[in-house]
Amino acid sequence: MKFRTVRRHFRESFKTLGRNGWMSFASIAAVTVTLLLVGVFVTIMLNLNKVADDLEKDVEMKVYVELSADPAATRELETQIKETSGVAEVQYSTRDQELDKMVKDFGEDLKLYEQSNPLREAFYVKATEPQQTAKVAKKIDEYPNTYEVVYGQGKVEKLFNFLNLGRNAGLVLILALLFTAMFLIANTIRITIVARKTEIGIMKLVGATNSFVRIPFVLEGIWLGLFGSLIPMIIITLGYMEFYDYAEPRLRGEMIQIIHPLPFLYIVNGLVLFMGIFIGSWGSFMSVRKFLKV
Amino acid sequence: MIEMKEVYKKYSNGVVAANGLNVKIDKGEFVYVVGPSGAGKSTFIKMMYREEKPTSGEILINGTSLPKLKNRKVPLLRRQIGVVFQDFKLLPRLSVYENVAFALEVIEEPTENIRPRVTEVLELVGLKHKARMLPTELSGGEQQRVSIARSIVNRPQVVIADEPTGNLDPETSMGIMNVLEQINEMGTTIVMATHNKDIVNRNRHRVIAIEGGLIVRDELEGGYGYEI
Repeated sequence: MKFRTVRRHFRESFKTLGRNGWMSFASIAAVTVTLLLVGVFVTIMLNLNKVADDLEKDVEMKVYVELSADPAATRELETQIKETSGVAEVQYSTRDQELDKMVKDFGEDLKLYEQSNPLREAFYVKATEPQQTAKVAKKIDEYPNTYEVVYGQGKVEKLFNFLNLGRNAGLVLILALLFTAMFLIANTIRITIVARKTEIGIMKLVGATNSFVRIPFVLEGIWLGLFGSLIPMIIITLGYMEFYDYAEPRLRGEMIQIIHPLPFLYIVNGLVLFMGIFIGSWGSFMSVRKFLKV
Repeated sequence: MIEMKEVYKKYSNGVVAANGLNVKIDKGEFVYVVGPSGAGKSTFIKMMYREEKPTSGEILINGTSLPKLKNRKVPLLRRQIGVVFQDFKLLPRLSVYENVAFALEVIEEPTENIRPRVTEVLELVGLKHKARMLPTELSGGEQQRVSIARSIVNRPQVVIADEPTGNLDPETSMGIMNVLEQINEMGTTIVMATHNKDIVNRNRHRVIAIEGGLIVRDELEGGYGYEI
């Protein structure tokens, strides 16, 4: 294609945007509204996902050591646990430390036990994949000096099931929303193109090639998508920064954290921009195709 | 130049619009295509610029077989043919000048060639002074002249006109005919479907009469031959 033609296509695509002012406005508005919905929803879902991850990461096993184990045996158990596949971190806790924790949790009365501490030494173990906790626990349970492994059996599985359900439901919702957005935007663009059916017909009759007819429309679709995604990007960026400034200090030190704006906002805005441009151009491409058969 | 051999066209609704057409049109000819409504005139015309494909048979334009022509080559065919319609088919938002220039832009003619050529054809059809007007500001006859200007601007060898005077009064129709005659004198082949008895009887040329998808008469300098 000649450079002159490329320039003409760009000029033409801008001109038609202006000429079909109201239709362009309607398309851009449709893109804006749907992309804003998608953007906000994706932001919420990704944060909920992060919360789910945080909850999962908090799941840990407590490995009680046999009372009969001497310090050497305990150290050996620690090495064994560390070498177990799927183990991320291991923290040792002495009997005294265990008692201190109990006192902290259940009150001063328990200080009586300082005379003769009945507690066992313990290892706090985290799995690399929280969802694999049960499997790792079973392995550790088989080591000779392990007395017992506790990780909230039963409850943890329920938590994981719930979180997985939440994640899948979120994914389905996002996909459904994306699909609706695509349909809505493509449809609005189709209407603007149907209105210009005659123009396409005439272009074809005077000998324009399909690509010559199509390129300005696709470019126009790109502009519609681009302009339509600007407002959602601005709203999402400002809104999330505001939300982060509000929520972050209140969650400091908690196990649940929201996602830091950077590079998170780049990703969400990139997605919004990509969707706008992709749907805009794809919608135009598909709609023009129908009228090219003259 | 244009040749049809045993052309047969049946539409999906069962209508047979061409039932074995055989015709040869030479370069520089002026041909009227006449016949009652529904006789197959429009199909005959449409098959020439590949808006319709024949069900069977052969159509050759300058040696190119239209039925065998690949879709992607159709634009190249159409650049050799100018088409004029009864309803003008002008772009309402473009000025007279832009409507004509459009036909050159889409075939990627260098910009510096567009202006002189458009001015030239607008002068030919007598509308140079209305170049900046919109089609809606023109009379029917003027609009048709713009459409003719557009059809000849890229110097096609054939101009196909489907009822070009169908929407115009007799006087205006004569004006259109003068323009077409002039183009024909410059060597362009003209194929014109028409219902206009007066024109056919006055500006005598070859007449091809179609009825029921068949050529029933083909006379040089023939008259309209139907009573309406």
